[in-house]
Amino acid sequence: MTAPTIKQLHQALVQGQFSARELAQHYLSGIESHEDLNSFISVDTESALARAQAADELFANNSANLLTGIPLGMKDIFCAQGTTTTCASNMLRHFVAPYDATVVEQLNDQQTVTLGKTNMDEFAMGSSNENSAFGAVKNPWDTTCVPGGSSGGSAAAVAAGLVPVATGTDTGGSIRQPAAFCGITGLKPTYGRVSRYGMVAFASSLDQGGAFARHAEDAGLLFAAMSGFDPRDSTSAQREDTWVKDLMNGGLATLDTSLTIGLPKEYFAASMESGIGEALDGLAKQLEQAGHTLIEVSLPHTEAAVAAYYVIAGAEASTNLSRYDGVRFGHRCENPTSLEDLYTRSRSEGFGEEVKRRILTGTYALSVGYFDAYYLKAQKIRRLISSDFMAAFDNADVLLTPTTPAPAFKLGSLTKDPVAMYAQDVFTVPTSLAGLPALSMPCGQVGGMPVGAQLIGQPFREDVLLGLANQYQAMSDWHLQLPGTVHPGPAGVTS
Amino acid sequence: MQDSDNDLDISHLARLAQLALDEDAANAARSQLSNIINMIDDMQKVDTEGVEPMAHPLDATARLRRDEVTERVDVEHFQDGAPDTADGYYLVPRVVE
Repeated sequence: MTAPTIKQLHQALVQGQFSARELAQHYLSGIESHEDLNSFISVDTESALARAQAADELFANNSANLLTGIPLGMKDIFCAQGTTTTCASNMLRHFVAPYDATVVEQLNDQQTVTLGKTNMDEFAMGSSNENSAFGAVKNPWDTTCVPGGSSGGSAAAVAAGLVPVATGTDTGGSIRQPAAFCGITGLKPTYGRVSRYGMVAFASSLDQGGAFARHAEDAGLLFAAMSGFDPRDSTSAQREDTWVKDLMNGGLATLDTSLTIGLPKEYFAASMESGIGEALDGLAKQLEQAGHTLIEVSLPHTEAAVAAYYVIAGAEASTNLSRYDGVRFGHRCENPTSLEDLYTRSRSEGFGEEVKRRILTGTYALSVGYFDAYYLKAQKIRRLISSDFMAAFDNADVLLTPTTPAPAFKLGSLTKDPVAMYAQDVFTVPTSLAGLPALSMPCGQVGGMPVGAQLIGQPFREDVLLGLANQYQAMSDWHLQLPGTVHPGPAGVTS
Repeated sequence: MQDSDNDLDISHLARLAQLALDEDAANAARSQLSNIINMIDDMQKVDTEGVEPMAHPLDATARLRRDEVTERVDVEHFQDGAPDTADGYYLVPRVVE
């Protein structure tokens, strides 16, 4: 069994086929033997085994829940006390957070076993995971290709079987695009669903934590544990969705097969490799045969989304990243001669190229004389894009689109051309601007590389996305296809 | 918005952002930023007359709370990772001679 589900692992732990400690050791050995993928920035064996030991005690007392003892990868953007939180930046290379992120707290409360912190694009800025101060991550399907970004380490680790689940964050597609490139399931929840407290800020009106797993239900289980109101996050949503608790305790509910699924024509008309369109058509037909209704919808402002996104994300990033001044934490240059020298050299040494580029873009968009033409204009387009989605949801329960215009590209192929790299995000940024939940799941292959389908939901209806993905995964096996580079699952787990 | 690459005052932007760029880096940044600005200038094609700007998805607004002290004060703990401190203060190069 190479791709066990959380429920299968849980069953094996309950029956004593192996202990949580043995399970952690099994996955730790996989991480070690697949170091070449560079999917982890740090691995904390000692603390992982201590947590696994604590999980084993819960199993012995019959007080374990579904996530108890389940190993996971934590994106290195979430602050966790006692280990470094680098955000893949030289600025934070030695930074040890003095507190836990809410997500870290929540997962620790579930007695999950964090094995290490996963690699990512520096400060989550990137679509290829090549902008990491710790080196690029490789795609386990083809190690000459990128895994996508910014949560590329988490996606590659789950795809290669190094962990059953991993956390990610998504600002403009940083969960969905790597999930698509690595052939796994990734969920970006509704803005406000998962607390941003202790999650290093990139663009605060867009950042949202989420989950990676091979199976939709497992992404749901991790999502449910991570979500909930947090008074420490000023934009945390106060929601009482009982289905979230039900999901956490028992798994996904069965979804009716009577949804109206909207296919946005702009997404299908956009220049796509034909293979992607075919894979999407096949998926749409299967959903129709299962009983759902397909309709065409229009999202007329899609074309302006990438531009509006890069203005808003850049503006928020340049503001957020002004906190890195070499004074209170993070990198400080040697022998500063003045306060200004301290600021400027600390920042110039600490930030990588792409981060500087985004800061400069944001600074430009916010500078005197340009504010109305760029930042305000982008916010108006954001409203139009959001209204497009709301109009589509008058007729459709959920939308289906490709996640990316093409499968994973070669390492190094777009690094010299930021605009071409940004264009990769065309299908994921509109949802981020609107704050909607979206999920990517594998639905085919082109040239041996996975193709992702994106489901976009109404606000706070992650249950529909997860339910539909779960339904599709029951009638397809794309999510069970394994890359050439894979660590086998633990022995003794039966499906 | 810009007429040519040369109009882009990269050293002014870098100064605003407290970044130092050497000549090669400044030239690369100027050309890449020009391409990015060309891309974002596409926004001007969209008619946004009368559209209310949207600052936050789902029009979420920051929640207010009671004005009570909730923060944990533990200077030693929070200054543990600071580059240079003394007596609970952060040290920087002398500002006033």
